[in-house]
Amino acid sequence: MTTATPYRSPLRAGRDGFGQLLHAEWTKFRTVRGWVIGMIVAILVTAGLGLLAAKASANPSCTTQTSSGQQGPVQHGAACGGPTFPLGPNGVPVKDEFYFVRQPLVGNGSITVRVTALTGTAPGPGGQFVLPPWSKAGIIIKDGTSQGSAYAAMMATGGNGVRMQWNYTGDTAGLPGVVSAASPRFLRLSRDGDTITGYDSADGAHWTRVGTVALAGLQSTVQAGLFVASPNYTVYSASLGSGSESSSGTRSTAVFDDVSRTGTWPASAWTGGYVGGGGLEGGPGNDGYHQAAGQFTVTGSGDIAPLITGALGDGPNITIRDYLIGTFAGLIAVAVVATMFMTSEYRRGLIRTTLAASPHRGRVLAAKAIVIGSAAFVVGLAAAAGAVIGGKEVARGTPVFPEPWPTELRIIVGTAALVAVAAVLTLAVATIVRRSATAILIVIVILVIPDVLSFPPGLPTGVTDWLLRVTPAAALALQQPAPQYHQVQANYIPSSGYYPLGPWTGFAVLCAWTVLALAAAVYLLRRRDA
Amino acid sequence: MEARIDVAGLRKRFGPKRALDGMTFSVLPGRVTGFVGPNGAGKSTTMRVILGLDAADEGTALVGGQPYRTLRHPLNQVGALLDAAALQPGRSARNHLLWLAHSQGLGRQRVDEVVAQAGLESAIRRRAGGFSLGMRQRLGIAAALLGDPPVLMMDEPFNGMDPEGIVWMRGFLRALATEGRAVFVSSHLMSELQDTADHLVVVGRGQVIADAAVRELIAAASDDRVELRTTARAAALTVLVQAGAEVAATAPDVLTVKGLPPERIVTALTAHHVPFGEVSAHRATLEEAYMEFTRDAVEFRAVPAAGEVAGGAAQ
Repeated sequence: MTTATPYRSPLRAGRDGFGQLLHAEWTKFRTVRGWVIGMIVAILVTAGLGLLAAKASANPSCTTQTSSGQQGPVQHGAACGGPTFPLGPNGVPVKDEFYFVRQPLVGNGSITVRVTALTGTAPGPGGQFVLPPWSKAGIIIKDGTSQGSAYAAMMATGGNGVRMQWNYTGDTAGLPGVVSAASPRFLRLSRDGDTITGYDSADGAHWTRVGTVALAGLQSTVQAGLFVASPNYTVYSASLGSGSESSSGTRSTAVFDDVSRTGTWPASAWTGGYVGGGGLEGGPGNDGYHQAAGQFTVTGSGDIAPLITGALGDGPNITIRDYLIGTFAGLIAVAVVATMFMTSEYRRGLIRTTLAASPHRGRVLAAKAIVIGSAAFVVGLAAAAGAVIGGKEVARGTPVFPEPWPTELRIIVGTAALVAVAAVLTLAVATIVRRSATAILIVIVILVIPDVLSFPPGLPTGVTDWLLRVTPAAALALQQPAPQYHQVQANYIPSSGYYPLGPWTGFAVLCAWTVLALAAAVYLLRRRDA
Repeated sequence: MEARIDVAGLRKRFGPKRALDGMTFSVLPGRVTGFVGPNGAGKSTTMRVILGLDAADEGTALVGGQPYRTLRHPLNQVGALLDAAALQPGRSARNHLLWLAHSQGLGRQRVDEVVAQAGLESAIRRRAGGFSLGMRQRLGIAAALLGDPPVLMMDEPFNGMDPEGIVWMRGFLRALATEGRAVFVSSHLMSELQDTADHLVVVGRGQVIADAAVRELIAAASDDRVELRTTARAAALTVLVQAGAEVAATAPDVLTVKGLPPERIVTALTAHHVPFGEVSAHRATLEEAYMEFTRDAVEFRAVPAAGEVAGGAAQ
């Protein structure tokens, strides 16, 4: 029998760590030229399609407006230097047009009124009666009369009861019900420094505090008084493959009495006029106010609210989300690479070499996921930043919905996160099915198709809404350019950039799918013969 | 860690097919152990089970006394070459070795060392997809050597090698064993292992048929026969049959004698003045020994179909 001395290697044993596994998978990834090229293609196609979209939307003459027939925000699209919209105190683009019967208020003080009627009409032939649910009549304390300045207001609305609203996006409900002579509403605003408190009452005796808000840096002298605003009224009818919308301006009239004030009101009389120089043309009645025997009748149109993007919103149709139209193509390119990263190992039998070198299979998959996810994140970041920054440059002079920087950051970084997690999901699916074509098809169907179908002519909104809640495509909500406001009536549909789930909730849906797919992939990878 | 492989009672089914049926053997250090048997005998499956890639239904496979999946530095303990074609075609040979080295915490320097050992320096920066099978075998060997392991396991490493490569490979495997490593090499062609293996595990139908040193196997197959070279064939035949031997003519001037030791043959022939050139103990080739052992175990024997023969005759 052989009595050999067993071999002892002079080589020092390497450390057994996850870092080595990551290093190995990264080396694997970067040394296949086709995969690196695929990732670069993903960047180029995403940014390239974005720039094309920006170019198509750009206003070639740089002088005319593209908004047709609508009354646009006052300062918008004036010159080639780029459009400007009034921005609210928190940086959100706003609509700030309403009829204001005002007096200056110096220092602390309050104003109280009774609202006894709120009625509305639509202009045009016949001037039919339309009271938009978000027509507003009440009292307001505003930091000057320039558009976008800070304010707080108590109001009766056409269909949403009494509200306290402030700084365009703030909204709190007060007494419910419709205002009428039989059921009037008493409203009160009280200023104390930067703080404004709103109260309402049904009888003028028993008051309820609706809300207290702080308006940072409010000047000592503010404009306070009565106001009426009446937004566009939009009717939607959706059917398979198409939807139709009709929108019209409205005018509302409110009757106030029992006006009482405390504090210093130096002016001797009320001044009536439009904030934002708006006003509605045509139709019965005129904007303005009439004062007689302590009773004020105020008529106005417009809105005090955040701007809404999309077909019939008041804001510009184009948002930076339009520059990210190429995301789907980039996702497909990344999905192909992420699939190959796993299926090529099965196709060549290389998985045996991999698993012999690293017998902890769950850790192998984790290392692969981190490598492909990180690479995809960088790709997504470069693609989204390129599309947005480049798109803005290409479309200079075109009215584009202005984004507060946190939203723009969320859209760009969110797109990168979306691409990264989608790559990990693809890797997990590829591990489960082990075939490139099947894996890529599955990912396209669950991740890309639901969003594509939401564009006309696609599926009815109800179906796409559902799909964009339950499929990983829900994460596209990360690209939603503006929040949906319940206090602004608009057609909030995915093709206009309004998703059924919020950005991070949608992202959580994608993450949940990914976690489940990874768990299944680890289970199968451990259980199956390699 | 002890440099050995111990396989005991492995059973595994793929659907209705019984791939392993109680496979049991050991591979010891300091020698080349050949693993031979017809295609489908369970050689590759056994190797995958040893590496923890396939799970056996029953039985154990231990490397240095431990299941492979529990090894902390697997490539430092077992170097394996299962399938030389298992390469990403677009990746260069060097980068293939590099990721494997990184997975064990080894660096570029170690890659350069094994490339030199496998004689691959000139081709190392080329895409592995363009490699011939022989080059892939060398690349696979370089990969198996990365961790400088005391146990080496190779599935059909001679496949696709040119004669020069086969000679190199034989010397290489012998050298590895001489260093005290346990070298385990499978082949479906016994001739490839003729001058390489010290020990053979012969398998068929998922079982071990023979597990012995090459010397013993050949002796068993040689069966005490003696070869006699003579010009006087008829005379020799008569004399030897009278002396009680079984004699067969195997060539015009060669007789194979059974039942008489060489001294008695020489004495008998000399006594009867029969001229002869050479008397030698007949040594069976490994191939013959193997054929004898696997006769029953071959599953897919090439039997010419009756129709083919008839058709060939008709034309």
